[in-house]
Amino acid sequence: MERSGNETDRRLDGNAAGGLLAEAFCVEMTTAVVVCAGCGAEAVVAELLRYGHEMGAILRCAGCDTAVVRIARTGDRLWLDLRGAVNLRVSAAP
Amino acid sequence: MVELETAVVGQPRRLPWLAATVAAKIPETPEATTVLFDVPGWPGHRPGQHVDVRLTAEDGYQAQRSYSIASPPEASQLALTVQRLGDGEVSPYLTDEVRPGDLIELRGPIGGYFTWTVADGGPLLLVAGGSGVAPLMAMVRHRAAAGGGPPATLLYSSRSWDEIIFRDELAGLVVADDGLAVVHTLTRSQPPGWTGYGRRVDAAMLGEVFGPPTAGAVAYACGPTPLVERAATDLLALGYAPDRIRTERFGPSGG
Amino acid sequence: MGGFVSRGFRSRRRPDAETAERLPPGQYLTRDFPVLSAGPTPRTSLSTWDFSVVGALPEPRRWTWDEFQALPTETVTKDIHCVTKWSKFDTVWEGVSLDTLLAGVETDATHLVAFCDGGYTTNLPLAEVTGGRAWVAFTFDGAPLAPEHGGPARLLVPHLYFWKSAKWVRGLELVERDRPGFWETLGYHNHADPWREQRYQGD
Ligand SMILES: Cc1cc2nc3c(=O)[nH]c(=O)nc-3n(C[C@H](O)[C@H](O)[C@H](O)COP(=O)(O)OP(=O)(O)OC[C@H]3O[C@@H](n4cnc5c(N)ncnc54)[C@H](O)[C@@H]3O)c2cc1C
Ligand SMILES: [Zn+2]
Repeated sequence: MERSGNETDRRLDGNAAGGLLAEAFCVEMTTAVVVCAGCGAEAVVAELLRYGHEMGAILRCAGCDTAVVRIARTGDRLWLDLRGAVNLRVSAAP
Repeated sequence: MVELETAVVGQPRRLPWLAATVAAKIPETPEATTVLFDVPGWPGHRPGQHVDVRLTAEDGYQAQRSYSIASPPEASQLALTVQRLGDGEVSPYLTDEVRPGDLIELRGPIGGYFTWTVADGGPLLLVAGGSGVAPLMAMVRHRAAAGGGPPATLLYSSRSWDEIIFRDELAGLVVADDGLAVVHTLTRSQPPGWTGYGRRVDAAMLGEVFGPPTAGAVAYACGPTPLVERAATDLLALGYAPDRIRTERFGPSGG
Repeated sequence: MGGFVSRGFRSRRRPDAETAERLPPGQYLTRDFPVLSAGPTPRTSLSTWDFSVVGALPEPRRWTWDEFQALPTETVTKDIHCVTKWSKFDTVWEGVSLDTLLAGVETDATHLVAFCDGGYTTNLPLAEVTGGRAWVAFTFDGAPLAPEHGGPARLLVPHLYFWKSAKWVRGLELVERDRPGFWETLGYHNHADPWREQRYQGD
């Protein structure tokens, strides 16, 4: 199985999920750093690849395609799945 | 400059939907229009950030899209520059239907990574495709408002001469400022006597326009996903460091 | 969800009366075939492609592409409904019925989990996918199924929201306990009947 270089892939940057992430978190999440559970690579959330637009944001590792952050809004609820992240760090500077 | 809203201890920072009033519309090209908004409660922004726009129909149906902020933080009104997609749901509404006085819901500013201010230094290398020029224009305008800053080069891909968004404003800024260069490439049709680039952005073009990486250089690429990915890959191959290349993909390309 | 009405903004394509009857609640009709992907489009060569039925059955079953093509196929015309609110009428598919793939299987399983290239999964009760209600389809509109629409083969379960019709499907795992899939673990409805508007958990 090889990665498609096809233009039909309509991925965006993790940055484009900033609005949805701001509904779930009180800190700026697009600059948070995550470690991918699939390959161990470290990435800024803004640099993950965003898929799944209309149903939610599936933010994947650019290196290995692991879904690092999954977030969806269903009506008045937000769902968040971070199983694809070893950890996630944000700036705690005041 | 306006201060960003800061969190009150114990009170989460929210990103509320704001009611923005359409103040004016500026036709930019046959397909692109700038919509100027007055946004009461706007907390200020950094060049490169975007907003989410939410539209609601009579029957409750909602559509939501992201649009980059084209205005610099120094401007009093928020500018969104929208490219009309013929079969699109939201963009034709913004370019054709809205008129001054209308209220639109938006929230922002969004995105802390694809941003640049003069304090971040340079040289600043910008690659735009079509309406992808919008957030980069916020950087260019901010740099001008700040009275200069590090040298900046914009490589801008449009389909034709008439489809270059901000063409006259960019030309004016270049005349007024030795530190700013703008290079156009026209991918579909070129006017008679055109001596500039007439093809899609590629590695050779990026190498000629930007040269090899220099200390402090930081690159921003924005526009249709295929163009952004091509530019990012080629810049890496030219030796630019991954953490000095920032991208904003707008989605599939219409052409 | 809140929000005030935006003057002059209209729902996409208001249906006429006849169309409205065929549309589940909250859906609109489209003539395009929008693409929704939770990940990059995998490219699997047909020489390595296989389809398997695994899990709670005595002997796993496996077909190569050629073996799969040799199975009896059906051509069906169905309306499809995406949870993002578009519906498309009279789509024509050719594929192998799950009745064929599961024929004669002795199992205590109550559900299946479809698994796919790229890691996508979706869960379905066995009772919902037998009796001529689900297929593994490999043509659309008479042509090989395009990769962006799930080719070489996708699940087709037209009576449920379309995320249940998993793209790039490679097999079915029979399970004795239901196991929610990719979207079902992110707030989407476990059953997903468009006529009962089961979009989200709790609907
Ligand atoms: C962070 C971010 C910032 C953005 N900023 C801007 C901006 O400043 N100005 C701007 O004009 N747009 C911008 N976009 C794109 C914008 O969000 C919409 O995708 C675009 O306006 C199309 O929306 P629509 O409802 O009109 O089209 P849709 O109804 O969503 O789509 C209609 C058709 O056009 C195709 N299509 C969808 N998106 C694009 C696209 N980007 N290019 C070509 N074809 C497409 C679809 O596949 C479909 O066939 C931005 C996107 C992101 C993620
Ligand atoms: Zn990874």
